[in-house]
Amino acid sequence: MDFTYDSEQNDLREAVRGLLQRAYGDSERRRQVVATDPGFDEKTWAQLAEMGVLGLPFAEADGGMGAGPVEVGIVAEEMGRVLAPEPFVESVVLAGGLVAAVGTAAQRSAVLGPLSEGSSVLAFAHAEPAARWSPSASAVTATPDGEGWRLTGVKEPVPGGARADVLVVSAVVDGGTALFLVRGDAAGLTRTGYRTHDGGRAANLTLDGTPAELLGEGTADRSADVERAQALARIAYANEAVGAMDTALRTTAEYLKTRKQFGVTLNRFQALTFRAADMYVSLELARSTALWASMVADAGGDVVAAGNRARLQTSRAGRHVGKEAIQLHGGIGVTAEYSVGHYTSRLTAIDHLLGDGDWAADRLAESVDSYPTVDPLGAPYTA
Amino acid sequence: MRLQLSPEMEAFRDEMRTFFTTQVPQEIRDTIAAHRHLTRDQYVEAQQVLNAAGLAVPHWPVEWGGRDWTPLQRHIWREEMQLASVPEPLAFNTSMIGPVVATFGNQEQKERFLPATANLDIWWCQGFSEPDAGSDLASLRTTAVRDGDDWVVNGQKTWTTLGQYADWIFCLVRTDPTAEKKQRGISMLVFPMDSPGVTLRPIQLIDGGHEVNEVFFEDVRVPAENLIGEENRGWDYAKFLLGNERVGIARVGATKKLIAQAKQHAREVTSGGRPLSEDPRTAARIAELENELLALELTALRVVANSADGKPHPASSVLKLRGSELQQAATELIVDIAGPLSLASFADGGSQVPDWARVATPEYLNYRKVSIYGGSNEVQRTIIAGTILGL
Repeated sequence: MDFTYDSEQNDLREAVRGLLQRAYGDSERRRQVVATDPGFDEKTWAQLAEMGVLGLPFAEADGGMGAGPVEVGIVAEEMGRVLAPEPFVESVVLAGGLVAAVGTAAQRSAVLGPLSEGSSVLAFAHAEPAARWSPSASAVTATPDGEGWRLTGVKEPVPGGARADVLVVSAVVDGGTALFLVRGDAAGLTRTGYRTHDGGRAANLTLDGTPAELLGEGTADRSADVERAQALARIAYANEAVGAMDTALRTTAEYLKTRKQFGVTLNRFQALTFRAADMYVSLELARSTALWASMVADAGGDVVAAGNRARLQTSRAGRHVGKEAIQLHGGIGVTAEYSVGHYTSRLTAIDHLLGDGDWAADRLAESVDSYPTVDPLGAPYTA
Repeated sequence: MRLQLSPEMEAFRDEMRTFFTTQVPQEIRDTIAAHRHLTRDQYVEAQQVLNAAGLAVPHWPVEWGGRDWTPLQRHIWREEMQLASVPEPLAFNTSMIGPVVATFGNQEQKERFLPATANLDIWWCQGFSEPDAGSDLASLRTTAVRDGDDWVVNGQKTWTTLGQYADWIFCLVRTDPTAEKKQRGISMLVFPMDSPGVTLRPIQLIDGGHEVNEVFFEDVRVPAENLIGEENRGWDYAKFLLGNERVGIARVGATKKLIAQAKQHAREVTSGGRPLSEDPRTAARIAELENELLALELTALRVVANSADGKPHPASSVLKLRGSELQQAATELIVDIAGPLSLASFADGGSQVPDWARVATPEYLNYRKVSIYGGSNEVQRTIIAGTILGL
């Protein structure tokens, strides 16, 4: 087992970090960007495309870079480090990942090419108001219409749903879940976008006989494909959360060294420094798990289980680090003007996209009695 | 980044696993797996089996029995040993005084002590803590005064683990009470436990066992040649030794074994008419603990991979801190699975309570020690806050 990056991966990290530092190194700049629609910076999105980041996980034949989950994790961690609001995980990893996994060759090239070039933003419209972190659709139905399909029902919340040029929409067909491509300007599609607490955007999508193209061939149940794509997104989010926690802790430690009360800097109070030490423990354990889960995905191991493990660890760590970062700052931590509270907000949002820690623990508990020990050195990792 | 072990490391792991599960006497491994105490002879027998195969002191210099392994190999060696319920080589010998003698001792001391230490022909105990010098070890007050060719030692040590089995003690003593910094006036002496003037008194613990002792010194005469390294440099050796003590202290393999046993026990206990293993709350608790342990194991692997230059990775304090917490959480889990059965701690013949449930609470109580020894977890937090976060 080797946790070190090769030189190409280090170069990728340096390049992405440089770009994002220029864009969001000043947290005030991020505040301005997320204040207006679409909630991210189209120029930064285009620069990420130029760098090849938006096509990172896709095959070269489909217009991508042919990289893997480890590289995706590197980018996600850097996004988290500065809370870059560009929808990398949502658009590339999740929605793009589904097209790559399920789409026909023609669909992959038609959708992933423009996504990689930055000319088309994707979103995955899957969540439904009455369903909770399910890999299946239940409230949106699809009916055949000539060569195509028509979708009816409500999807909400759909991250990035109002801005997306192309939507991957899940819908019920014959009791199973099928996936469809829907154009953002399709007839019968009403999109009502709104801000989320972390500066992001989500939308209500009301579909009323909306024309749609079946993604992939046949209408066999795609729940397993959704589950797998969500697992890869959970792993990417775990890396994003690690980046965010890293900055939250660094910011907190810096504050403890400079803020004075009772005539001394706060780092003279053991009640505070011990809590910062515990934040470090949570962060490093989460980092190890996120890196490992990325490697499992890369090596073709059990992605769903690794995603659940990464989610559980980063959920617990994210809550711990996020809450303590604010508490150790005091009142300034809850102001919009100061950066650290936004990190807590983003960590909270990540935690509730695709299942929280309790949800992941319940999934892991279902099989915990079927094996004696977890062996991460066994190859490749399987639950 | 690579998930799998290389084929060489895979083969190494198989070799370790095969050796530990076939060459170490089954009765000894069963005793460890049952969380019962080994006799002195069993400790010695197990270590001599390992030593004969070159598996007792792989981290020592090659000329004294070391194997020149990578940190990853050492990690695998330790984990496989724990998973196989093989008693680890006595830490006082192999992790503490052995490396100190190998690094700071003179040639005569090396020849005299190292082979016997590796083979447990000499059983060492540690004379560091005193009643008024715990985490603040440098406050120790046991003195050694030079008298001709001897040092004369007076004072008291405490928490001396398995001192009742020990042949020799390595001891921190104050040799210069006038030193400006208290750390500067300390030396390391070694001497036999049956030297005139040494008295050992057992300390009974809350688990009912006898594991630690007080040791009293009254005009104990120690030949000058038994000074390790230089006079008044003992603090440096102690720091070196305690650094080694933290290596492998995460005890991931041992906790893994505890969790595997917990799962087994949960199937054997019935609650509300069904096995406790089918209770979602219990299953989620096990899953959560297991995931924490996975994160720790992965962190240990990150740390070993990055400490190839010999310096401990800063995150090694995380291993001690979290490793001890998870060992404690695992023993607590087993007590909770045992439930009311856990009260039968000292039952014998007439009881129907299974053996694992009888030892559960004493083990849980005994394991409160792991967040205290080896630098208490508060000391680890101080290290993390100071050296890593710069606070």
